[in-house]
Amino acid sequence: MTITDFLLVAAAFVLLMVAIGLARILYGPADVDRILSVQLIGSGGVAVLLLLSVGMNLPPIMDVALMLGLLATFLAVTFLRDEANSSSISPSTTEER
Amino acid sequence: MTLVFACEVVLAGLLVAIATWTIVARTAFAAIVLFMVYGLLLAIVWVALSAVDVALTEAAIGGGVTSMLLMGAATRLRAPTTPVADVGLPLRIAAGLLCALVTVVLGAVVFFLPDVAPTLAPVAKDNLAASGLGNPVAAVLFVFRALDTLLEKVVLLLALVGVWSLASDEAWGGVPGLPVYARPGRILVFLAQILPPIGIIVGIYMFWAGASQPGGAFQGGTILAAVWLLTMMARLQDVPAINARWLRLLLVVGPTAFLAIGLAGFFIADSFLAYPPGIAKPLIIVVEATLTLSIGVTLALLVAGPPERLPQR
Amino acid sequence: MRLALDIITVVLVSAGGFFFMAGTIGLLRFPDTLTRLHALTKVDNLGLGLIVFGLLPQVESRLGALKLIVIWLLVQMSGAIVSQLIAQAVRRSGRQT
Repeated sequence: MTITDFLLVAAAFVLLMVAIGLARILYGPADVDRILSVQLIGSGGVAVLLLLSVGMNLPPIMDVALMLGLLATFLAVTFLRDEANSSSISPSTTEER
Repeated sequence: MTLVFACEVVLAGLLVAIATWTIVARTAFAAIVLFMVYGLLLAIVWVALSAVDVALTEAAIGGGVTSMLLMGAATRLRAPTTPVADVGLPLRIAAGLLCALVTVVLGAVVFFLPDVAPTLAPVAKDNLAASGLGNPVAAVLFVFRALDTLLEKVVLLLALVGVWSLASDEAWGGVPGLPVYARPGRILVFLAQILPPIGIIVGIYMFWAGASQPGGAFQGGTILAAVWLLTMMARLQDVPAINARWLRLLLVVGPTAFLAIGLAGFFIADSFLAYPPGIAKPLIIVVEATLTLSIGVTLALLVAGPPERLPQR
Repeated sequence: MRLALDIITVVLVSAGGFFFMAGTIGLLRFPDTLTRLHALTKVDNLGLGLIVFGLLPQVESRLGALKLIVIWLLVQMSGAIVSQLIAQAVRRSGRQT
């Protein structure tokens, strides 16, 4: 097995770990558990892409990893917005607007 | 069965599982998170197919912007002002039939593909040197099929006008109702201060690298849109009113530059959107730079939504 | 020399993959959102770091190696900040119930 094959297998393995982790998170009782999947895709997806970039010898894939890392952050902030807004109102108010 | 094939089967199976889950998810929030996961997984699939430009755009738009759009829609739907109409059974059946029809047609197309797919890719690759660019995707977008790209950018602007037209008459020209953090904490403010400079550099890098390797105006513009949205959500900057002059200028500068250079092609080269030999690459870089700005602003405003209130003056 | 570099890569990437697996197991088995968040961010960031360091010997160009490090630092920083935000959201919503 060459080093390239090893890297591709490692990428598949990390992807599998991310997939299994996703199942649990999206099952999670609260909405906040689902936001954990953003973090998982963030670090796991970046790891998979970096492994693929070196394994397939295509350096531009690192740019996809960069984009993924940044976007996971933006998406986490966007998804947390409703949580933050709904828990910052006092129990006496009834409407959000 | 080779190793690579096994991995691809697993990836495909995962995609189908996530797609199915997205549809059967109970809450809108879960469905949107799953949709984001689906978009980002699809980007990995494009990477496995060595289509890096598509992977970049899929991660940016499919995983990023669309999820932000959907999240904004879900937020607005949480406090509905008008009663939500119930979808009747005939409409559901019709929608199901239409989806099934599209699936059957797509499946038939895929199964009956000719063994040697008719493609212009070798022709494009042979003429790549003449275009002055190193990235074949950029060459197709801006040299061989520049008209399509110009029309796409105009369509993007039309989509934005369409979104704006959803505003009520009193709010026209006002501030888009982008859902923002009511009380942004210090940690969020820190993130919104530290990430935009990094995002701007990455966005400019993506656009610049697009000339010779995967990237381009769209990907760079998406990153710029995302950092701007971040600062607006953290309330470090106010959402601008849509009749602000600088905003409208930024929106049109990209397509205008593209159109101007295209029209100049009548005088300095052979025809519309033809480039004179030698200065094709600098012209394309200028067009892409202005397009990156315009696309960034357009995408951010698409996510921000229609105007909802007049600016406090 | 090549063999030594390959061995380093295999060891570090395997360790990184192991940590991803540990993170996923923690994600599946931990009882509560905050503990799951802890497992996810700590272990996946460590996994990504080990994978990045394992890939460094395989990258030919200096620019590629620099990109790997920059991506890793970016994911670390944004991951740290976003997990703080998630934890805040969890704590705030926990106080309400």
